[in-house]
Amino acid sequence: MTKVLTDSRSIRIKGRSFLALVLSPDLPLDNWLEQLDDLAARSAGFFLGRPVVLDVADLGIDKAQLKELIAQLANRNVRIMGIEGARPSMIEPGMPPAMKGGRPAADFEVEEKQAEPAVALRNSAPVKPPVPEVRSVTQSIVISEPVRSGQSVMFPEGDVTVIGSVASGSEVIAGGSVHIYGALRGRVMAGSVGNASARIFCRKLEAELVAIDGIYKMAEDMDPQLIGKAVQLWLEGDVIMAETLF
Amino acid sequence: MGKVIVVTSGKGGVGKTTSTAALGAALAQRNEKVAVVDFDVGLRNLDLIMGAERRVVYDIVNVIQGDAKLPQALIRDKRLDNLFLLPASQTRDKDALTPEGVEQVMNDLKRYFDWIICDSPAGIERGATLAMRHADVAVVVTNPEVSSVRDSDRIIGMLDSKTLKAERGERMEKHLLLTRYDSNRAERGDMLKVEDVLEILSIPLLGIIPESMDVLRASNIGAPVTIADARSAPAMAYFDAARRLAGENVPISIPGEKRGIFGKIFGRKAA
Ligand SMILES: Nc1ncnc2c1ncn2[C@@H]1O[C@H](COP(=O)(O)OP(=O)(O)O)[C@@H](O)[C@H]1O
Ligand SMILES: [Mg+2]
Repeated sequence: MTKVLTDSRSIRIKGRSFLALVLSPDLPLDNWLEQLDDLAARSAGFFLGRPVVLDVADLGIDKAQLKELIAQLANRNVRIMGIEGARPSMIEPGMPPAMKGGRPAADFEVEEKQAEPAVALRNSAPVKPPVPEVRSVTQSIVISEPVRSGQSVMFPEGDVTVIGSVASGSEVIAGGSVHIYGALRGRVMAGSVGNASARIFCRKLEAELVAIDGIYKMAEDMDPQLIGKAVQLWLEGDVIMAETLF
Repeated sequence: MGKVIVVTSGKGGVGKTTSTAALGAALAQRNEKVAVVDFDVGLRNLDLIMGAERRVVYDIVNVIQGDAKLPQALIRDKRLDNLFLLPASQTRDKDALTPEGVEQVMNDLKRYFDWIICDSPAGIERGATLAMRHADVAVVVTNPEVSSVRDSDRIIGMLDSKTLKAERGERMEKHLLLTRYDSNRAERGDMLKVEDVLEILSIPLLGIIPESMDVLRASNIGAPVTIADARSAPAMAYFDAARRLAGENVPISIPGEKRGIFGKIFGRKAA
């Protein structure tokens, strides 16, 4: 052990950004938990085993309420990896740690002596997500039935393919591209975690809303020529482009 | 063991209660034992449509709360020996239905009846979810208009997630019953087309029930339309739907589309 400590090499500490889901509860918490249960029921185990950050910045609750909230979430198998926006006095040992500035951050190396404060790291973080050294395999899911009104499919990890239609009053939110082998009548948000190269493809465009990387278009903004057609949508700068497919 | 059917829609006033009574009476006329169950606690209707409102002593809430035994609450139809009604309570609110209580009642009914048809309240709240919870088969009642179709779509999603079948990982059998179909309005293009509704909801079609005064007439005399006037167009459509529910293969025709010879001649001239 001591040998390692006297080793002349510096310790490599790497920063790595992970995609965490952020939950921002509203008051009254009872209602919010009910909505969460509803969402969880509709998206079957969506929260299971995923890193979740609890954002309590604008919530105005005290320590006891925060403890209760964490316990309520634990009952639902939602495990909180960190708490954002809490006053330091609200966090006590045993609670998930406080987190700040959830934004993509580049890998960084620190020499033992010149460790930079975390704040500096945050400020120096580029706006664009870093290009990972080793590209991870693109993840995707396939939904082999229609997405019904009131349902919400969320897949921040990658692409979503729906074999069937996406109904009016439903939504698909993907980190990557969205492929719909059916009519798109609801809302689709592609590239939702900052991916401007994500695209949306559908067999029949009748969408209520489409968005790529946060830039959106409502039904009334869409070219009437495209309605009812097989269409692909992509982003050029700040503009959503569209063209018919076949 | 009997089969549990939920008649559901999301939207109110589309014809769930009418359809529950008509399908129940149609199945009972096939010599099967049928119970129709009203889940619309607080706004019960099925007793009126069945013409049994003055014979209600106990209701489903009494049974669940242990104030009455199930056989005491079941009302036998005056016209069909093997058709029974389990009424809802008009004075309690929906919370009087407990999941455990409903489960017990459903399990008991399944032992005595071939078909248990549950008339769901409108909405997506407790009453509606309890009505669908134990179903083996769902009849989704939809009118050919956008709001009804969207509500039905929502309900189909719930059938696939909130029912016991769904929780066990099994597939709920779902059928579309298109009701209040008006062929004149369809011709004028004032209603969604049958194929559009089918395309949006993508579940199999159980039948198309025409809009008809016969339905109102039947409810005024307190009889399901399949008893009041078995020869009427809506009754015949309900009989066909009942046969399909029972597993028979009966072709479906769209009301008003079998034009006579004149229609054909005119069609050719116009072309
Ligand atoms: N095929 C039909 N033709 C004409 N009127 C109908 C038809 N089906 C239902 N109705 C009428 O529509 C109204 C609502 O029907 P009901 O069965 O009570 O709907 P729900 O149970 O879905 O609220 C009633 O007045 C009923 O008589
Ligand atoms: Mg009703």
